Amino acid sequence: MSGYILCRIFSALIVIFGVVFIVFMLIHMVPGDPVEVMLGESASSVDREMLRQTLGLDKPLTEQFYQYLYKLSQFDLGTSLHSKQPVSELLVERIPPTVELTLAALLVAFLMAFPLGILAALKKDRWQDTTAMTFSLLGISIPNFLMGPLLILLFSIMLGWFPVSGRDGLISLVLPALTLGTALAAILSRMIRASLLEVLNEDYIRTARAKGLGTARVIGLHALKNAMLPVVTLIGLQIGALLAGAVITEMVFSWPGLGQLTIESIQKRDYPVVQACILLISTTYVIINTLTDIVYGVLDPRIRLSR
Amino acid sequence: MIKCISGYNMRFYFSISVLSVWLLMVILVPVMDLHPNSIVLEKILKTADQNSIFGYDDLGRPLFDRLMAGAYTSFTVAFGVVLVSLLVGTSIGVISAYAGGRWDHLMVRIIDIFMAFPGILLAIALSGLMGPGITNVIIALSVVGWVGFARLSRAQVMSIKQSEHVLSARSLGASHSRIIIYHILPLTIAPLLIELTFGIASVVIAEAGLSFLGLGIQAPEASWGSMIRDGSQYLLMAPHMVLVPGIALMMVVLAVNMLGDSIRDMLDVKR
Repeated sequence: MSGYILCRIFSALIVIFGVVFIVFMLIHMVPGDPVEVMLGESASSVDREMLRQTLGLDKPLTEQFYQYLYKLSQFDLGTSLHSKQPVSELLVERIPPTVELTLAALLVAFLMAFPLGILAALKKDRWQDTTAMTFSLLGISIPNFLMGPLLILLFSIMLGWFPVSGRDGLISLVLPALTLGTALAAILSRMIRASLLEVLNEDYIRTARAKGLGTARVIGLHALKNAMLPVVTLIGLQIGALLAGAVITEMVFSWPGLGQLTIESIQKRDYPVVQACILLISTTYVIINTLTDIVYGVLDPRIRLSR
Repeated sequence: MIKCISGYNMRFYFSISVLSVWLLMVILVPVMDLHPNSIVLEKILKTADQNSIFGYDDLGRPLFDRLMAGAYTSFTVAFGVVLVSLLVGTSIGVISAYAGGRWDHLMVRIIDIFMAFPGILLAIALSGLMGPGITNVIIALSVVGWVGFARLSRAQVMSIKQSEHVLSARSLGASHSRIIIYHILPLTIAPLLIELTFGIASVVIAEAGLSFLGLGIQAPEASWGSMIRDGSQYLLMAPHMVLVPGIALMMVVLAVNMLGDSIRDMLDVKR
């Protein structure tokens, strides 16, 4: 067991190292001179040289990478070119709103996906199933930059129930969470339906029914518990998509989180902040995936033994 | 059984017809008399009239013309990205799995690293840093897109290369390229086709997403994403500015998703 966990952690570390390398290389992938891209063509040569030295771009590539790694190990993410604040301070301010939004979206996804998925599985090939799966297909097909404005149009402008944008109390969280959570709800409900359908044909379900248990108890106590494994993996994998989706959702609703900071920094060409945001979001994703793998292995011995 | 087949067929034909109509319109865009960038000040935010069946935007430009030009952009980017990703990803995946050993191990690590970037985050960063423009969008989305094809084709080849027909071809003295092209590649087409259709849907959404963020196609060129962004400023006065490109985008993505679903169901022998 500990061997399996160590193996997962080791490969996660390799992936994180690769992610750090790609994020470091981002600045060098820009066509032309990155300093000119950041400052614009009108900047004086003195300013350019200063920025080049500040970012260490005048040194050989390998030395730059070693320095970048060294600074990262000290949790030094550099200084924002725009606000001159340490990048880590900027990130700390922006993390709570994004975590809040992601958790709320997960809650929305659960609340929508479980009833839809269970209903569709119980009423397979009937109109309830078709309707639930049509909703799910629609949910997958409406991107959140369209869902957001549509929800604002309906619930903020026409009905006046929720604020259009900003972060001011729980009520302002509803529309962004709905926007971000719907796509996940759509994918999740399909997964719940599929894995419930597989479980519902098992012998122990027939036994439970034969004992005279009601549908609610059969589903709640026997079927769902066993159908949850693939669902848990999917949730782990989808949290990354949720974090990426949060970037766009935060822009739609002017939600002051990491996503908004990423896009604002890209627009201002504030490289150290862009690098830090991408690094933080991707590393979080890798860690969550690794944890999901480990939990999956703990829950299902077949997984860890097969590797 | 008959009911099942007709169900798949209905979804299949519906999505094929929606996509064909769009494709036909996109092909006809260059010969259509469109004026997506012509500004008519008196028509600002006006609804439909005989000159533009979908109304006008915040600069008085006809929405129908912009919708068509946007469709052209979307499909160009989608085909560009999917073609590049398919060629690069499949070549890497097939060669890596066929060669095996250290190279394959290294490739798996590289694929893992690219998969560690959630969704279009890497594309957002790349296109943000490279600047807007259709070529940069295609490059940025291909950097993200090749991984799916590489992983899928690698997995396919890993199992196919052990099969008896490949062994017998090898024992007959066939060259590696001959084995790959004639005996392995044809068997990977079906799953790659499904990945390709879903790939088109995700590229259409990703391109619109990048343009929505102002990182995709450069103004004044039309893109569905930038049309939705412009429209969300005028939701109260002119909701048609969001609804027209929004419904178009939704229709295309829905049709592609349904097509992918029905192809998968048709190829799934278990059903």
